[in-house]
Amino acid sequence: MSETIEKIKTSTGHVLRTEEMVVNMGPQHPSTHGVLRLEVVLDGEIVVDVIPHLGYLHRCFEKHCEHMTSYQQVIPYVDRMDYVAAMTNEMAYVVAAEKLLKIEVPERVHYIRIIMSELQRIASHLIAIGTFGIDMGAFTPFLYYFRDREKILELFEMTCGARLLYNYIWIGGLSHDIPPQFVEKTKEFCTDFKKTLQEVNDLLNYNEIFIKRTANVGILPKDLAINYACSGPMLRGSGVNWDLRRDDPYTLYNKFEWDVIVGKGEMGTVGDVWDRNIVRQREMWESLRIIEQAIANIPEGDVQKAIPKRIRPVAGDAYGRIEGPRGELGFYIVAEESVTPYRIKARAPAFVNLSVINEISKGAMLADLVAIIGSIDIVLGEVDR
Amino acid sequence: METLQTILREPIITTVLLALIPLVFLLIYALVTLYGEMKMAAHIQNRLAYMENGWHGTLQPIADMLKLLQKEDIIPTAADKFLFILAPYLVFMGTYASFAVVPFSSVFIGSNIDLGIFYLVAASSLVVVGLLMSGWASNNKWSLFGALRSAAQIVSYEIPGVLAILGVVMVLGTMNMQTMTQLQDGGIHNWLILGGNFPLGQKLALLPFMFLLFVIYLLSSMAEVNRTPFDLPEAESELVQGYNTEYSGMKFAIFYLAEYANLFLVSAVVVVMFFGGWTSPFGEFMSGPVWGSFWFVLKGMFFVFLNIWLRWTLPRLRVDQLMYVSWKVLTPFALFCIIAIGYIMVM
Repeated sequence: MSETIEKIKTSTGHVLRTEEMVVNMGPQHPSTHGVLRLEVVLDGEIVVDVIPHLGYLHRCFEKHCEHMTSYQQVIPYVDRMDYVAAMTNEMAYVVAAEKLLKIEVPERVHYIRIIMSELQRIASHLIAIGTFGIDMGAFTPFLYYFRDREKILELFEMTCGARLLYNYIWIGGLSHDIPPQFVEKTKEFCTDFKKTLQEVNDLLNYNEIFIKRTANVGILPKDLAINYACSGPMLRGSGVNWDLRRDDPYTLYNKFEWDVIVGKGEMGTVGDVWDRNIVRQREMWESLRIIEQAIANIPEGDVQKAIPKRIRPVAGDAYGRIEGPRGELGFYIVAEESVTPYRIKARAPAFVNLSVINEISKGAMLADLVAIIGSIDIVLGEVDR
Repeated sequence: METLQTILREPIITTVLLALIPLVFLLIYALVTLYGEMKMAAHIQNRLAYMENGWHGTLQPIADMLKLLQKEDIIPTAADKFLFILAPYLVFMGTYASFAVVPFSSVFIGSNIDLGIFYLVAASSLVVVGLLMSGWASNNKWSLFGALRSAAQIVSYEIPGVLAILGVVMVLGTMNMQTMTQLQDGGIHNWLILGGNFPLGQKLALLPFMFLLFVIYLLSSMAEVNRTPFDLPEAESELVQGYNTEYSGMKFAIFYLAEYANLFLVSAVVVVMFFGGWTSPFGEFMSGPVWGSFWFVLKGMFFVFLNIWLRWTLPRLRVDQLMYVSWKVLTPFALFCIIAIGYIMVM
């Protein structure tokens, strides 16, 4: 740190020294996306060091899960971890639990789960890009995206009655079957939403000022991203072609046709903030493709047939992982001969992705730091758990 | 002014009244613009904005003002109390003092001095001092950041702005804002943005440079009033709220009022320099003192609208990019324009 302090000698021989300033960015700050606290050492506008301080939203979820009366009761807790993408959280836990319990679910359940988690991915990316726009000073795209997120929330509400925390995907099935008008409404949404995507591309992602602000900023090189175990759009933005939906397929993802989006450094260097953002933007197109394929041929069946009456696994452990909106979301469940899990450990992608912030924001400007935080797309509920 | 003097017979009262007219205008204008900005922003963003108070929420600005009046006036314990209290008034003073030379119509101008626009530039620079003062006195690192940014920004952007003004002064040969307006009288074709009241050859030669100067002044004026894409001093996503983070209640309202007043001021300068001030675009038709003020406010409000429109559309620049635009783009172009205009006016 100290080498950045410049020592300037004046003509009279006095030493002029510029001093660094330590500022607290957060926990109450408009662009830390929650209650993240960053201790930022600044030399003028240049960031010298960033130390993230976590734990302001720590709610002991993992410990709570050990004191349930059933494995099913854990699901509302995992909902509250990443509160902008509750469906995928449930999905991850359920994938792990079904692996542990060796439950086979009907095909209809798989299809509905895929539709729900892709809709959830879109909803989550909408918030990510929208708030990222606010960080850059563009307020309007945020509201355009929120309008369309509202439509997704309406679909969820129609299905399970909740708008944010669903408790929808259960071990072995779903809490409700989809309502009759769901298919029609989802198709409608898919057509309408493409227009907004194009609109925001024009307004934000390919805006000259926006490109100037985000290209070549916060560059995360390929090997650094791998070494820090980054995942999701963060990893793909750095040019690593890795997506669990394709590389470690869970449910029925290998049945659908879609592409893994990788950052190519079109506007600057591979792995800059613009790349991470555009990966999210393009992933929404791919999610739409998956939804359209899935919605067109949902098989018939009973979604609650495979739900076990009483869950009491044999002692053992299982790790289930899925590609959440933020990256690899995994649950490691250790079971003993009991109705409650012995230990649940969540691998939260936002937490892992956040750890790289110190490496990529040194030497950036304060305004870039805001851009970098925005591009990591953290949800503090998941970081702190 | 003479009319007022004959009615009141007391020079002091006349002066005070004369000085109060822009203030009354500003207060009404601020309420209207506050409402307008919220509504425009909302319609840009697919929202409705104020709908509850009065017809389509028209009474909301008044309610907002009343709320701010009632608010507790918090002064942080560690703040420099004297400077903290002084700063918002200084900011407003700088802007308000500049209104003395703004010609609202052919008969109304606060003070018809020959150094009009020069005085305006000088008086509005006072704003920087106030901003710096508020940032320093707040004893808050984010405020200080905002204040330092705004000082650097406003000082840098004053240079291309003043160079653009210089170009116009060279063309019109006067610094008196009333005379500047009168020289563009006679219809839309005499406005400086269309080459001014000159013989055809000269007019055509001036046209591109006038347009360039207009763009330069417009951009630097946007930076001077801290509006997006140049709103770094109060970039809420980076600096919380910039220099006015610690202000609340009426002091905050005065910052707000000063910002809106400044917005109209720079729009007024654009209008006087390039769009013929209070002159009617149709020559004799709809001209006269009362129509004059109508045209002036209408043109001014158009540029206020332009600012609002851009604010809700564009992202924000970064500090170094901001400086780049000022020093490496706008200033050289402005200098180039001045040289070219010099040649044209001599020939």
